[in-house]
Amino acid sequence: MTLTNPSPAAEVAVRRRGHGALGDRVFSWWTLGTGLLVLAILGLILVTTVREAWPAFDAMGPRFVTERVWDPNPATGDAIFGALSFAYGTAVSSLIALLFAVPVSVGIALFLTELAPRRLRGPAVTVIDLLAAVPSVVFGLWGILVVAPALVPVYQWTHDVFGGVPLLGRLVGPVGSGRTFMTAGLILAIMITPIITSITREVFGTVPRADKDAALALGATRWEMIRGAVLPHSFGGIVGAVMLGLGRAMGETIAVALVIGGATNITANLFAPGNSMAAVIVQQFGESTGTFTAALIGLGVVLFAMTVLINVFARVVVRRAEARMKGGVA
Amino acid sequence: MVSDTHLITRPSVTVHAPAAVTTSGAAFADTSVMRLRDVSVHYGNYEAVRRTSMPIQRNQVTAMIGPSGCGKSTVLRTLNRMNDSIPGARVSGDVLFHGQDLYARHVDPTQVRRRIGMVFQKPNPFPKSIYDNVAYGLRINGVKGRLDEHVEAALTQAALWDEVKDKLRTSALALSGGQQQRLCIARTIAVKPEVILMDEPCSALDPIATAKIEELIFELTHDYTIVIVTHNMQQAARVSHHTAFFTAEVDERQERHGRLVEFSPTDQLFTNPADKRTEDYITGRFG
Amino acid sequence: MTLTAPPTFRPAGGGPDLTRAALSGRRRLTNHLATAAIWAAVLLAVVPLALVTYTVITRGGGVMSLSFLTEDIPNSYRRDGGGMAPAIVGTLLITGTAALMAIPLGVFGAIYLNEYGKQRPLARLIRLMADVMTGVPSIVMGLFVYLSWVLLVGAQTGFAGALALACLMLPVVIRSSEEMLRLVPEELRQASMALGARKWQTTLTVVLPAAISGITSGSLLAVARAAGETAPIIIVTGIVFSPNWNLFDGSNTALPAQIFRNASQPFDAAQDRAWGAALTLIVIVLGCTVLARLISRRFATKER
Repeated sequence: MTLTNPSPAAEVAVRRRGHGALGDRVFSWWTLGTGLLVLAILGLILVTTVREAWPAFDAMGPRFVTERVWDPNPATGDAIFGALSFAYGTAVSSLIALLFAVPVSVGIALFLTELAPRRLRGPAVTVIDLLAAVPSVVFGLWGILVVAPALVPVYQWTHDVFGGVPLLGRLVGPVGSGRTFMTAGLILAIMITPIITSITREVFGTVPRADKDAALALGATRWEMIRGAVLPHSFGGIVGAVMLGLGRAMGETIAVALVIGGATNITANLFAPGNSMAAVIVQQFGESTGTFTAALIGLGVVLFAMTVLINVFARVVVRRAEARMKGGVA
Repeated sequence: MVSDTHLITRPSVTVHAPAAVTTSGAAFADTSVMRLRDVSVHYGNYEAVRRTSMPIQRNQVTAMIGPSGCGKSTVLRTLNRMNDSIPGARVSGDVLFHGQDLYARHVDPTQVRRRIGMVFQKPNPFPKSIYDNVAYGLRINGVKGRLDEHVEAALTQAALWDEVKDKLRTSALALSGGQQQRLCIARTIAVKPEVILMDEPCSALDPIATAKIEELIFELTHDYTIVIVTHNMQQAARVSHHTAFFTAEVDERQERHGRLVEFSPTDQLFTNPADKRTEDYITGRFG
Repeated sequence: MTLTAPPTFRPAGGGPDLTRAALSGRRRLTNHLATAAIWAAVLLAVVPLALVTYTVITRGGGVMSLSFLTEDIPNSYRRDGGGMAPAIVGTLLITGTAALMAIPLGVFGAIYLNEYGKQRPLARLIRLMADVMTGVPSIVMGLFVYLSWVLLVGAQTGFAGALALACLMLPVVIRSSEEMLRLVPEELRQASMALGARKWQTTLTVVLPAAISGITSGSLLAVARAAGETAPIIIVTGIVFSPNWNLFDGSNTALPAQIFRNASQPFDAAQDRAWGAALTLIVIVLGCTVLARLISRRFATKER
């Protein structure tokens, strides 16, 4: 194409849907296609896993989630695949993780947004980034070889002191090895702290300066300002962040598989070994066949459904909270 | 190339100078490249500009002035369909370019903008080298070979060559604001459009940089037709041959619409306006 | 100009007491306690990070040597010596291939969201689902690739691992790239359009280059995270004891999988190899992370 000026051919030139009009259409369809890939993968995950898990669902029916026995190779009779004890392990370890991680994460987020001197803010962010960067398997390795043995005397002491207290005593029962629900929860707490911190921090960041100034101008201390202006504004966002952390904790596989102990067990004793849904899959998938494999995939289906629901809920909550704060529409 | 000292003194001695060109008085003789006919612009249900008609004369500078909110920038952006990307914007009436309506169904906005370039209020060079900024439009339009010559010609015409010829490969963002704006002009003229639209091109610049751009605008009329929106009446008086005065009108439903009040040769509009509102505006702010 | 703290003298006579002492003891105490708790929270995050880092460096450093990086994995856990070469090769190949698949697709997906879809219902759905997809457990992604690819081709391969990692990276790349595209000023798009550039030309030649450092940095973080993923590798790639450079033929292995397998063994030799592998993995992951930070910092200074 040559460029001329002024162009005598201009009159026809603007009429031409020149080269590249097709390119525009192809390009926009291509980008849309890659966007749709996300939906396609999520849909395919659901379809393939449900299909392959069907033999187990079919054999067990609702007992798949209500039965506490998991026996792939019984001496007599049919194999039994009940996911209840694994669901219990997932729930208990995740809740312990939240119990420790939420206060710490909210504290760090407050530190970063309200408290940190300028020159400490950077290093503090780096700590969180690095914590997020350490692969979960490394936390698992550290957990099984260092933390678990180190915690045994701590557990033992706790059991000796509080073991006799009613109710609480049942939580801190007899101690075996250091690979327990409690250890799994503690390792998970470290792993979900970065995500809860970063989302909470974003939410705190959207609290209007004016609201905080108003509180301070009324003579509030910094803590009173945080309690009066920052936390109420951010409640929805914190709930969302906690749910995201819960989703992470439930889906975490490797670290839990290493430190939870690998026992099919439902007990109030946090110092006892157990197992989680994700961990069971990775531990037993290699030696499984037939309905056993289907049952493990079934655990994956349950896990997938629960994490998707939790994540959708959490994201919607976070987005609402942020949109409301910015005064925009949701 | 014009020296700095000359440029600094220029604004004080050349007010109205270009107006001499149009003393033929044949303002509406058909040397027009573009013509607006009953053009209205709506944003959703809101009518931003109401029924505007005016010609754009070839190789002349047409200025659009008026208070803010009078729709002058909106009208300018209808001239190369830059309003297309604003959701809900709708243009009615005819915007004619060599007699054909730019908003006709078969017209491709990309081709329109190739012929009718635009320089924006804030200098907006791409975060690329000076050379690549100027070459961008050429490459996009498939020009192969002799890029160096085209780039040099465009930069020379934009009165920037001497200042940047030794650093063509450095980032355009390192230039001063005035240089960036001249680079944007060079980038626009590199693709050799017929018409160049300028949307308050000097509003972000200091007086010296402004004087350089004004000088440049005058030079460019040899090869290009220029339409410039400005909030600065002196600037309109200095650089333009024709001036369109817009104002904001409040109608019976208490809605504001931009409206073209007067379109005349520049010296006539500023010395002997036909409309009372024009007179109020130029005396109120110009005196 | 220097800002100084409010003067702490008590006014001589009559004026209001503006010192801290005017605050009630209870309010002051609460404020102090809260401040202390917040500092404690930060320390609680620092401690495990420091401990993990310290242990990995000391235990891993003890076994680190050239031969550890270049020798095959012993095929018995209890045997001393040997190295992690096959796992290093596997990690680099599998993660690299995953990045080659996920990053271009993710960037195009981001272009759809930011340049075309914007706030349309479909785009909002994709955005939400990309967020949700980042929360899908990696073990589920492993199962998915096992069922839809490994069963299809009939063998565990390194490529299957790359597919799984690519699925895990994709939503992260999409969302981080979209954030970066959003930062590109609208004026640049308009300038390009005013030159008669088509939207696809504008996107590829102006918008994308303007955001490229941010996109690179975000993608590197996604790569770093994927390099540490373990569960899908264990399920879909199998295991080998000598390097397999072919992703499409035969099983493979990777550092995280080796750490997992060796960590649960009672033998000192296996545990040593696990620590060495952990140190190697952390160096790779941190390398990506630090590179990402450097790139984004350069980006930040260039823009301002």
